[in-house]
Amino acid sequence: MKILVCISNVPDTTTKITFSDNDTQFNQNGVQFILNPYDEIALARAIELTDNGAGTVTVIHVGDASAEPTIRKALAIGAHDAVRVNAVPTDAFFVATQIAAYAKDQNFDLILAGRESIDYNGAKVPAMLAEILDIPSVSIIKKLNIEGNMGVVEREIEGGKEVLAIPFPFVAGTAEGVAEWKIPNMRGIMSARTKPLQVLEPIEVQTSSKIVKFETPAPRGQVTLIDAAEPQKLVDLLHAEAKVI
Amino acid sequence: MSVLVYVENAEGKFKKSIFEAVSYAKAIADQLNTSLTAVSIGNVAQDELQKLGNYGAAKILNVNQDALKSFINQAYASVIAEAAEKIAASVVVLSNSFSGKGLAPRIAVKLNAGLVDGAISLPELNDGKFIVKKTAFSNKAFAYVELHADKKVISLTPNSYKIVEAGGQAAIEDFAATVKPTDLTALIKDIVRATDKVSLPDAELVVSAGRGLKGPENWAMVEELANLLGAATACSKPVSDADWRPHSEHVGQTGIAISPNLYIAIGISGAIQHLAGVSSSKVIVVINKDPEAPFFKVADYGIVGDAFEIVPKLIEELKSFKANN
Ligand SMILES: Cc1cc2nc3c(=O)[nH]c(=O)nc-3n(C[C@H](O)[C@H](O)[C@H](O)COP(=O)(O)OP(=O)(O)OC[C@H]3O[C@@H](n4cnc5c(N)ncnc54)[C@H](O)[C@@H]3O)c2cc1C
Repeated sequence: MKILVCISNVPDTTTKITFSDNDTQFNQNGVQFILNPYDEIALARAIELTDNGAGTVTVIHVGDASAEPTIRKALAIGAHDAVRVNAVPTDAFFVATQIAAYAKDQNFDLILAGRESIDYNGAKVPAMLAEILDIPSVSIIKKLNIEGNMGVVEREIEGGKEVLAIPFPFVAGTAEGVAEWKIPNMRGIMSARTKPLQVLEPIEVQTSSKIVKFETPAPRGQVTLIDAAEPQKLVDLLHAEAKVI
Repeated sequence: MSVLVYVENAEGKFKKSIFEAVSYAKAIADQLNTSLTAVSIGNVAQDELQKLGNYGAAKILNVNQDALKSFINQAYASVIAEAAEKIAASVVVLSNSFSGKGLAPRIAVKLNAGLVDGAISLPELNDGKFIVKKTAFSNKAFAYVELHADKKVISLTPNSYKIVEAGGQAAIEDFAATVKPTDLTALIKDIVRATDKVSLPDAELVVSAGRGLKGPENWAMVEELANLLGAATACSKPVSDADWRPHSEHVGQTGIAISPNLYIAIGISGAIQHLAGVSSSKVIVVINKDPEAPFFKVADYGIVGDAFEIVPKLIEELKSFKANN
């Protein structure tokens, strides 16, 4: 089993989000970057599926050299090798095209990505990548197993779940449930330094979208506190003032 | 030029989020001075299809082929792209549902279109520019995305656009789509749907609880409160991690992001990762025994106190409210 895991490098979950240059740029000053949490569980599942020599896991990242600590972390967790496409991504289509260009003749059985990145929340890369490669995709999976020459996945649907069997190769966007996060051990951290990290130059892509402005939500008003002894006041306020019941 | 909306059905019926998507697509068609066509895939009765006219669809392409009985991403994306080409659509709208999230990117690639996922407002059309607002950084910010390809695909976040009844009629036309066998290699083995429950992404009211509830055995009061309100239930991450509740109820940065009209948080601290998924709720109620809990900073209404005392009382008050209203 040869697995490719797409990883992105995102602001830490506790980051306070601010913008610069007239609200056109995300302000990276003082921001700690991490491996996207959803990608981390994709990676964890990939490593479980290839345990004990049952295959290899390659991670790929599209981004500049500043993401190398995140790539090394993925190697420390257990990926066998890594690829970095040396370009600052402009949109999801750009990223998907770069990954597809690398993956198209590498014969991966399975390509995993997080269901979305926690910065732009697009959930676009996995399905775009699959479309470019003309292979099946499934978004938001909670379970992934292998049965013969098929992957068996559990997909989230509104109010329930759907189980699908998909022939390899395919692309899946993983969500919580697919695996537990793995903490790198000392051996992993030591060996990560020497594992291969290949740097590729990007191919040319015509992008079709651009973020022109950011905004932060308006601050919410003050909380109205209600005495614990008078919950009927809450019911009244929700009905008469907030008009939600 | 025209606008196409994909109307996903759940067992032959359209949900509220689909009427939102149709209303939204109709408003875009009006902005562009053109008409709206809907494409439906699967077995949907004529009277259900007819409902779409009321929200502004002038025409419905009805694709009801055996091969397309169940949802397969690849095949459905092909059919929707084919419908878009047939009517020369310049804009394709979908609901940003779980299926929509898997379809929109494939359709955008097929059509060579620009894509905005999770849109939360109508496009701004200025000097030939087409700019759509969406949430970013897990609800901690908004981004305005300019699409500069000729064709555009937009997936609309549920609960972010009001349904508008236009009172029109739709002409239903059968559409025989090309189905490539290679698009149908995935097989559906099983579908489990809890039909009696309100689904979380669509819910207008949500009652949620966290680790403050101490254990799964204490969820009966949460469910009772939710049932009374006709609300969906949700939970914080540690609660689903501990298997007190299913993963599908986990909301937040790594769970589902929701924007209901009312979010009631019981025994949840309001950690930044939790808030990321719920802070765009229109009204937030917090019940927590710790007056310093960060959740109170974003709440509209709050009660400081023990959930085990407050929630049962609240249930009684709601019962008498319902009896009188
Ligand atoms: C990468 C990452 C991603 C994450 N993603 C998410 C996410 O998507 N969603 C999410 O929820 N969390 C997420 N978290 C976890 C988050 O940081 C918090 O740990 C979590 O939200 C806390 O859940 P909680 O409020 O239920 O529990 P706690 O932090 O234990 O808080 C329980 C609250 O209940 C109150 N309480 C206790 N007893 C009572 C009582 N009897 N009556 C009333 N109140 C009571 C306490 O005062 C406290 O405020 C993430 C963390 C990381 C690191």
